[in-house]
Amino acid sequence: MGERKVTVAAEVGLHARPAATFVQRAMKAPMDITVAKMHSAKPPVSGKSILAIMALDVRQGETVVISAEGEGSEDVLDELAEIAGTP
Amino acid sequence: MNLRGVGVSPGFGHGPAYVLSVSVPEPPEGATYTGEAEQEKERAVVALTQVAGELEARGHRAGGEAEEILKAQALMTEDPGLVVRVRSLIDRGLAAPRAVYEAFARYREVLAGSGGYLGERAADLDDVRDRVIAALYGIAMPGLHGAPAEPYVLVARDLAPADTALLVREHVAAFVTEEGGPTSHTAILARALGVPAVVACPGATGITPGARVLADGTSGEVRVEPAESDVAEAVSADAVRRAAYAQAEGPGRTADGHPVPLLANVGGPAELDAAVAAGAEGVGLYRTEFLFLNRTEPPGVEEQLPAYQQAARAFPGGKVIVRTLDAGADKALAFLPVPSEPNPALGERGVRLFRRFPEVMEAQLDALAVAGDLMVMAPMVATAEEAEWFVRACRSRGVAQAGVMVEVPSAALRAGDLLSSVDFVSIGTNDLSQYTFAADRQLGAVSALQDPWQPALLDLVALTATAAREAGKACGICGESAADPAMACVLVGLGATTLSMGAGALPAVRAALAAHTLDECRLAADAARDAVTAAEARAAARAYLPALGRLGV
Repeated sequence: MGERKVTVAAEVGLHARPAATFVQRAMKAPMDITVAKMHSAKPPVSGKSILAIMALDVRQGETVVISAEGEGSEDVLDELAEIAGTP
Repeated sequence: MNLRGVGVSPGFGHGPAYVLSVSVPEPPEGATYTGEAEQEKERAVVALTQVAGELEARGHRAGGEAEEILKAQALMTEDPGLVVRVRSLIDRGLAAPRAVYEAFARYREVLAGSGGYLGERAADLDDVRDRVIAALYGIAMPGLHGAPAEPYVLVARDLAPADTALLVREHVAAFVTEEGGPTSHTAILARALGVPAVVACPGATGITPGARVLADGTSGEVRVEPAESDVAEAVSADAVRRAAYAQAEGPGRTADGHPVPLLANVGGPAELDAAVAAGAEGVGLYRTEFLFLNRTEPPGVEEQLPAYQQAARAFPGGKVIVRTLDAGADKALAFLPVPSEPNPALGERGVRLFRRFPEVMEAQLDALAVAGDLMVMAPMVATAEEAEWFVRACRSRGVAQAGVMVEVPSAALRAGDLLSSVDFVSIGTNDLSQYTFAADRQLGAVSALQDPWQPALLDLVALTATAAREAGKACGICGESAADPAMACVLVGLGATTLSMGAGALPAVRAALAAHTLDECRLAADAARDAVTAAEARAAARAYLPALGRLGV
């Protein structure tokens, strides 16, 4: 399983526009995608669920782990990592 | 009828009330359906898809920031986790509207529990939920359409992005909402559009549609069916005010050029933009409670850091004064347990709590030390020993500039002793008044004692400011009283070196200071202190501040 560790750079954290952009990209991918917050007791959530991602409450400067598996997952992960790391 | 809320976008608006209230009823608990589960699920999915489509279409027409907000709401409506949950609730026998209601409730609880910015997003979620339920029940959601004969005052429980996306600035005189806070959608939008706004105004939705409403986005005052003369007076005063404020630009100073940096009181990163936009030269009180509320564990250094860095970055070269955690029995935190107290205001609050939980203080100071060029102050300091203890803690963690708040009378009376260890002091007039007059801030019955013009309070400010001047150190004011333009002049006359207030009050205070010399401020301060009552003090001071009338304040 591939994964990327990204520190969220946007001022609003992984909420609002960054979350929406992230989810829109994730929804286009055929495979399951999960997002987990580092140093958090919260279990990983689906990268295609904006509500679950908002509930993770990832703030600016916090690190998330994005995971996916299957054909094309490396490219999807690269794109998602870029979105999450964009200020 | 007069109502009062919180002014979050300054200025003054007047017009007929357009009451935007739809109440979508909560679908009855345990409601079931007749027919096939598959059909009921289909019905729910159609409603969800329809609402998502509407939100997206409205966003598309609106463009800009509204489009982004509405796109996010559309994604929430079609969230795969939500849809799965709605389906499984219908499988368990719940009717589609109730299933939708309960499916949203789970997410809502998580958001609302987080407080702050995220908590206020719960309102976005409620809006989506109500739209879906309305679609299922066949209730039409109101919108704003057509050009009104004159600009209206938009009144609502709370405004949702979908309500306001297609709003035309010229059609709106003001916003008044019953709920919401300084970072609610209504407040953010109002400031972005420059529409005067009052939020958290109890009774607002009881205003009769079409009734004339006068809303003051600075003071938070809302008058329903005001007298013609009041409206005329407010309109002309507002015009005068605007002209005067427009003339007074740049850094705060008196007419003769004595600089008085004007700073903003800020409750979190979301309010920084508004402070910059209002012309604040820095932050005089950066509250940090938002980082600590609604959690089971205190935030770590890394988690706190971005919030402090944002403040430092917002005001390069300006002062940014951060107040360390001000928690206590009335703002109890799970990870700072204290025994129950009969008088929380007199209990283990502010810095007193840090003595019991030094590890929480150390983490906060560590984050502040690396965040940039920040000044750090502790709340609720009563004695020179406490001040020295806090300064030592700051120094040992690498915080360069350490100060204390003066909000307990003992600290004002012996300000000179405190100033021998600290780098600066800042007077919190709200709590200082509460403790000086033994009058609870929250209690309406004793509010007359909370008048910032009480000469005894002015004496304590004078004592503190004089001690600071003798020590060659800064003495700021960060209580509500600095937001009153006449009082602001008096505070400067008493020796305050900076004034900090809600961002909305800055233009009026800047104009009042620019219109008077330092000598006039000093004479006004002396006259106020010579008075016996608060009313006399106010009148006596104004006699030395002739330009206030011209400014319409």
